Amino acid sequence: MTNMTKSSPTPTATDGTPFLEVDNLKVHFPTADGVVKATDGLSFNLERGKTLGIVGESGSGKSVSSSAILGLHRGTNAQVSGEIRLDGVDLLSLSNEEMRLRRGKDIAMIFQDPLSAMHPYYSVGVQLAEAYRVHNNVNRKAARTRVVEMLELVGIPQPDRRYDAYPHQFSGGMRQRAMIAMALINDPTLVIADEPTTALDVTVQAQILDLLTNLQKEFNTAVIIITHDLGVVAEMSDDVLVMYGGRAVEYGPCREVLTHPEMPYTWGLLSSVPDVSADTNARMVPIPGNPPSLLNPPSGCAFHPRCTFRDEVPGDLCTTVLPELEPASRPGHLKRCHLADPDRIYAKQVLPEIAPDLAKEA
Amino acid sequence: MSDDIDQADHTENTSHADHAGHADHADPVVAADAPVDLDDVTGHAASELDPEAPPVLTVENLRMYFPVHATGLIRRKVGDVQAVDGVSFVVPEGGSLGLVGESGCGKSTTGRAITRLYKPTSGSIKFGGKDLATISSRELKGMRSEIQMIFQDPYSSLNPRHTVGSIIGAPLRIHNMVPKDQTLKRVQELLEVVGLNPEHYNRYPNEFSGGQRQRIGIARALALRPKVIVADEPVSALDVSIQAQVINLLQDLQREFNIAFLFIAHDLAVVRHFCPEVAVMYLGKIVEIGDRDSIYGNAHHPYTQALLSAVPDVRQASVGGRRERIRLQGDVPSPIDPPSGCRFRTRCPIAQEICAKHEPPLMQIGRRHKVACHFPGRLGEAPREPLTTGLLGVDGEGRPDPGASPSNDLVDQPGYADTWFDLDAKRIGRA
Repeated sequence: MTNMTKSSPTPTATDGTPFLEVDNLKVHFPTADGVVKATDGLSFNLERGKTLGIVGESGSGKSVSSSAILGLHRGTNAQVSGEIRLDGVDLLSLSNEEMRLRRGKDIAMIFQDPLSAMHPYYSVGVQLAEAYRVHNNVNRKAARTRVVEMLELVGIPQPDRRYDAYPHQFSGGMRQRAMIAMALINDPTLVIADEPTTALDVTVQAQILDLLTNLQKEFNTAVIIITHDLGVVAEMSDDVLVMYGGRAVEYGPCREVLTHPEMPYTWGLLSSVPDVSADTNARMVPIPGNPPSLLNPPSGCAFHPRCTFRDEVPGDLCTTVLPELEPASRPGHLKRCHLADPDRIYAKQVLPEIAPDLAKEA
Repeated sequence: MSDDIDQADHTENTSHADHAGHADHADPVVAADAPVDLDDVTGHAASELDPEAPPVLTVENLRMYFPVHATGLIRRKVGDVQAVDGVSFVVPEGGSLGLVGESGCGKSTTGRAITRLYKPTSGSIKFGGKDLATISSRELKGMRSEIQMIFQDPYSSLNPRHTVGSIIGAPLRIHNMVPKDQTLKRVQELLEVVGLNPEHYNRYPNEFSGGQRQRIGIARALALRPKVIVADEPVSALDVSIQAQVINLLQDLQREFNIAFLFIAHDLAVVRHFCPEVAVMYLGKIVEIGDRDSIYGNAHHPYTQALLSAVPDVRQASVGGRRERIRLQGDVPSPIDPPSGCRFRTRCPIAQEICAKHEPPLMQIGRRHKVACHFPGRLGEAPREPLTTGLLGVDGEGRPDPGASPSNDLVDQPGYADTWFDLDAKRIGRA
């Protein structure tokens, strides 16, 4: 991952057309109680071979947005609007049949819980072979060869014998490997990994993340990794998108966003997770309250009821006006916040609490 | 009651109109009544060790085996799952000991054996002059109030058909803690202590969010004023921002009521924050135990080192790319048929012949630091020759050494001795 250290392209830059462009994506669910705005105007870009990390709490709309890319809201009562252009083609304007041909071939998904994402009644090999034969006109034998090859690639020992095993016979890490093999079997150009390692132990998590990184390098895939673990994002992503209440609140190169965050919600995420290598004097400061209801979101900035820095903003701007996602002080970094001088507040008030050692250095 | 909890209650009860909108999506009603308390965000530093604290719970050589029966007509016993195989540790009064390890290493089973949800196969659990492992069931009932448990999943550990009042009141009624007419008052006090609205005693668990439910579970554990709480992954089912709230609450309660915690978790960073002392388990055994600095800053067991190096680090963002880490191959072996000798040897990067022949004893190598490895050392500085040969009376390859005088007393003792073998100075250290 040497290319990670180089500056990744700024999300706002328009050098040619990016591979994946999501523009003003809205996913609304009409319910008896009103419209649930799960995703409300989300835009981001992604290039081939790059990784985007999407971070947020449950209910922030991160999974809903990515299932929209895969066209998984078709056939439900969800109202999807905006544009999702993959390689120049707007996925939302495709017919169901056209989308079906792309799903699993161009775009693939790795689900969080492989035990429930795989069918318990069919052997792992048969399920992988099905995924392959749907998009490739090959006989069963050729499909089997391909499946065994993929299982070997993801590091499952004795792939030939494991072909006939059922999901429950695999350990958690092995199942997740099989999921990854299934996602990559058609050489997709875009892989969406929804919490791929959340259910796994740290040592297995490290193995799976290594595997994803290596496969991404080999196939030059674009990867969207959805997680709530900022550590995973820090190590895997080129760009990071922080979501809150269905909207992006901070977006930019991973390095900028995680070292110079400018939005109090991102500060909260960083301060509420202890760090294994941090100073033991570091304080763990929780974000007060609970995530907002998407049915009846707070007025103005969705984060204002939980924001401890509301007083720093003049007037009642936070409670009345929704801040725009605008450029922050560093190139390529976007934030959605009224705070005038977030860098100073972060360095003076937040960093000394959560990382006294880093604050001293600075 | 500590100040910030009091404050929390106060603000939690006052409802602001402009807060009504930020409802918890599980239930708008609850959140409307529980506005955000911005004063309750004082951060908590990591818990500190009190080296003088007397032990409240002493576990010695605890074993928990589950029989495995053959399938078929005659279900004869074919083996044991050796879930916990001889662990010893001490939980100090008002302190916390963290138990970490991968899934299947026996950390939850240890917790359940201590709360006597299981009857241990052998070993002793000394608490208040009694041995909980062999105590009669009548005496056990009385002891139950002293050791309580907080469960991992706040969704399945609360009965959905009982109100919060009846869930928290149940232990009070069963143990006759308070007169019947005062149960409600006590329940409301407990709700206040954990930062919930005391008027919500009439609600059902489904009306609360995950973090609030975990608070209910904590209130239930507190109801009997226990001396020890076994917290089994108390925050891993919660959202990140809520995890910190619950950890801070547990720290407040610990300070307030002088409760000792056995804190079981797989999240090494959370354990580091909450527990001044940590035990690392692998396949039913403690491989390394010590205070926070010994484990996180000076780990001598290759498994602890691998575990620590596997944790993704936010600070990596300033460097970019993946962190250098020790990659463990394969999976944890089956506890039905664990490897001979050292249980970690099948995945250990520095294993040698002796590791397959002899199980390494848990040696004390610092004032509060013990490690079970033939080749203990800092990362990359493991000794070439096994250091345990003298203790075991064998030579470097693990063959019996006729000239040696092996130590007869290799059973792990709970707690720490006053003398230890200092690996850096190559001599006996003294407290």
